[in-house]
Order: sequence, then C-alpha cells, then structure tokens
Amino acid sequence: MTEAEREIKEKVRIYIMGREYKVPAGLTIMKAMEYAGYRFIRSSGCRGGFCGACATIYRVKGDYKLRMALACQETVEDGMYISQIPFTPAEKPIYNLEELSPSANVFLEYYPEIAKCVSCNTCTKACPQDLEVMDYVQAALRGDFQEVASLSFDCIACGLCATRCPAEIVPYNIALLARRLYGKYVMPKAKHVEERIKEIESGKFNEEIQKLMDTGLRDLKEIYEKREIEPE
Amino acid sequence: MVKIPYYPGCAVQTTARNYSISGIAVAKKLGIELVELPKWNCCGVFPSLATDDLMRHLAPIRNLIHVQEMNENGIVQNENRVITFCSMCYHTLKEANLFLKDAEKMEKINTFLEREKEFVGGVKEGYKGGVEALDFLEVLRDIVGYDRITKEVKKPLKGLKVAPYYGCLVLRPREIGIDDPENPTILEDILEALGAEVIDNPNRTQCCGSYHTVDRKDIVAKLTYDNLVYPIRNGAEVIVTCCPLCTFNLDHRQKEARKLRRDLQEIPVMYYTQLMAIAFGLDKQFWGVDLGLHYVDPKPLLKAKNLY
Ligand code: FES
Repeated sequence: MTEAEREIKEKVRIYIMGREYKVPAGLTIMKAMEYAGYRFIRSSGCRGGFCGACATIYRVKGDYKLRMALACQETVEDGMYISQIPFTPAEKPIYNLEELSPSANVFLEYYPEIAKCVSCNTCTKACPQDLEVMDYVQAALRGDFQEVASLSFDCIACGLCATRCPAEIVPYNIALLARRLYGKYVMPKAKHVEERIKEIESGKFNEEIQKLMDTGLRDLKEIYEKREIEPE
Repeated sequence: MVKIPYYPGCAVQTTARNYSISGIAVAKKLGIELVELPKWNCCGVFPSLATDDLMRHLAPIRNLIHVQEMNENGIVQNENRVITFCSMCYHTLKEANLFLKDAEKMEKINTFLEREKEFVGGVKEGYKGGVEALDFLEVLRDIVGYDRITKEVKKPLKGLKVAPYYGCLVLRPREIGIDDPENPTILEDILEALGAEVIDNPNRTQCCGSYHTVDRKDIVAKLTYDNLVYPIRNGAEVIVTCCPLCTFNLDHRQKEARKLRRDLQEIPVMYYTQLMAIAFGLDKQFWGVDLGLHYVDPKPLLKAKNLY
C-alpha cells in the first residue's frame, strides 16, 4: 500500500459549509470539524448527546436527501456536506403556567399552527433522538398530556423538527409546554419530596450541613468517596 | 361481545366527550366492544379539494393502516371494520378509501410511506386497502338492528319531543353517505326505537356552518338560527345530533344567534347516544350531561320529563 493509498483508506473527504477537508474516518462530525481547524463557540455543549446544541444538517454526495443529526453523535462519512444550525429562531410565546390549565385548548391558543398537522411525519424523520414527534404533536392536539410527556421525554430541543415541518409547527416547544403542564397539574405529586422539603425547612439537616461546611477539602473528598450509594 | 376497532378522533376526546362516553357504554350494552386503535392521529379533518391532494390524505390513511396493524398484532381477529362516532372522522376515513381506489394514487402513497420503515415512529407497512370505516349510526342499523335497540330500552322516552339533525358529513357526497342524502331516516328510526316522539325538522340535512365558527361566527349564528327555529316551531324540545361540529354550532352558537334574533328560544342539543344511554337506563356517568360540555343544559328538560 502506498502512502497515498493508506491516506485515502483512513481518511474521509468532508465538506464543511462547502469547503473540502480530509479528516480521519471514525470521528464524530464535531471532532472532525475541530480536526479541520474549527473552534466551537456555539453549536457545542455537552458533547454527549444531551444538550441539543449541536444540531447539524448534512447530505451525502450522490444522495438528494438532507439529513439531520447531532454533531457530537454522528460519525463522518465520505462525501458528507455539513452545516450546523446553532440556533432555531422558532416561535416561543410567553405564558404563565399559573394561569393555564392542562387542556387541548392551551395548544390551540399558543401554537395554533398545530391544527395544520397533516400527519406527514417529516418531523419524526428529522429527529436525531428517534422520537415519535408526529405522534406527540397528535397527542397534544387531543389533549393527551401524559402521552405527550412520555413520547417527548427524551427531547433535547435541538429544533430540527421545527425547521422541517411543512405546516410550520414547533413540535419541541409544544412538547415543552405539555411537559410543564403535565408536571404541574396532572402528574401525581411525589409525597416523599414534599416531606423532605418540610424536614429541610424545619432545620433537620442544618447541623449536618454545618459540619460538612467546616470540613477541609481533603477530608471532604474522602467522605464523598466513602459515601453510601443506594443500590440500583 | 364482538370486538371492533374504534377510532375516536380529537373531538370526542375533548369537547365532545359526552358523545364517546355515552356511545361506548351504549355499544357495550349492545354487545360491541369498541377497541381503541393503540396508535392514531388526527383524521385529517378535510380532504383537500385540490387535484394534487396526496398529502392531505395521509392522515386518514395512517389510521387505516393502524387498523391493519391491529389485525397483524392479534388485537382483533380478521376485523377490517373501524367504527367512528364523529361524522368528520367518518367522512375523511371513507373519502381516503374512495381516493385510493385509484391504483396510481395508492402506489404513490405507499411509495412515500415505504421510506418511513427505517424510522422509529414510521409505519412499517403500506396500506393494503380494504379497511372499512363505519359510522356508529350504520352499526346500529345494520349490525345491531332497531329491534335489539328497542329490547334494551328500560325507560322509554315517552313524550320527549325530539328533532333530528344530520348535517352533511355522514350523508354527502352520495358515494360515502350512510343514508339517503336528501331524505335520511336513521336518526328517526333510532329515536322511535327509544320511544321518543320524532318531530319533523325540515333543516335536518342543512349545513351547520362548519369551521366558519372559528373566524366567521356571524355566518354560523345565522345558520344556527335557521336550523333551530323550524324544528322549534314544530314543537321540538331537544335537537338530536350525530356530529361534534354540528353540535357545537347548534348548541354553543345559540348565544350569538340569540343576539342576532331575539325571538330564538333556547333549546338543548344532545347526541343520539346520550338519549340511548338514558333510555337504556345506564348509570348517569354514561349520559355525559354532567361534564359541563353543553351550552344549553339539557337537565331541566330531562327532569321535567322524569328522565333525570
Ligand atoms: S453537544 Fe450536546 S447534544 Fe451534541
């Protein structure tokens, strides 16, 4: 194998906003961009697929389809045209949860476009988290808060669904509103949390906390490492 | 108990809960278990009138596919029928099937859906055709039969003067209508089976104003006036409906209609399934009259007739 051949074998050709780079195969889009010399001041956060900052749109040479991904999760492919979407300027109305109630009308009021959903599933295809986006939009439309909350639980609000919806619906913000209302009004209250809050407020743990605060860093580390961990 | 797939639609899950709550209970009493589709989306509401209308049919077709899946997953056995209460849902599901009679369109839709296979949340198989949408009224006429209905009556609606109102979606266009588009009788027949006094309603197949109710309340108010004033003149005490949108317009728009024409008397509007639940002597929770969904409260009338 000649040097040139080896290089071709181990590297892939990608295009970042139209400009060609050769990067090692196997890197994520994010690492590949850094390899090519980019330094992220936006479009990067957790690097673990949790924060939704790294929404990316790409197309592979020879394919007509635009695809969506998280840059920190997707591996580069040869012939990838890449561009990032650091921010989606989608509609996000201001509301006061105290004044709302968990009914389907809430969505029609704040996100009336929701009624235009034609069930094309384009949002679902765009979701890098593999969520059933269209199905939670539909559940919202009929006021099924529990369903929206559970189907959208892993949403990281990258905004890609909203950029693709032909009806200009903003699924991820609808889901956020649904989960907020679900948590506030529908979900059963966690009794033990309320009790613990009362205990804290009554000062039950003050002494213990004070003791920790008076402990030096080294001892504190040791205490931390030896702490009891609840079995999974 | 026969198990038949049931497509609720958004309306009967929200503003028309009184329809589904009473309807499901009535069906059960008549030996039909309505099995809700494990997954469903909006019916599509309106089939598009444009020639390039494929996209607009996707929503109902997805629901038909979900019925197909119920058979594949063994939730129902060899059951290609799907029942709806809402006339709008019935209409779009039925229209979608009609539309797919065109093999080329069927192929186009299935080619589009084919690409969903690789996605979580996408349909795994295209539509094979053959799922039949049934309006619950048809079920009562053709599967249950009026005699069986009469047999279940514990409290005949004697002396209750009821005027039926069909609207258009279950009657027109003719190819998908459940009854004669000009002179339907299903509602009348059911009401008679319940022992009610049927009042002639010359406006029973008129338009209710439909979605104009959102942004042109004035248009709907006028129609509501017309649609109510004739049956009232004929002596009706309650209007009986089969469509959530008609019901909303006939009931809630009475407020605007009375502003327009003061001579309009208030009249309660109820679903036929509610009257069935009452006549069958089902528990009050299945009547759907205590959910705060009626604009004109039907309870005073029911009390006056010794039914509540
Ligand atoms: S950087 Fe947080 S999801 Fe990619």
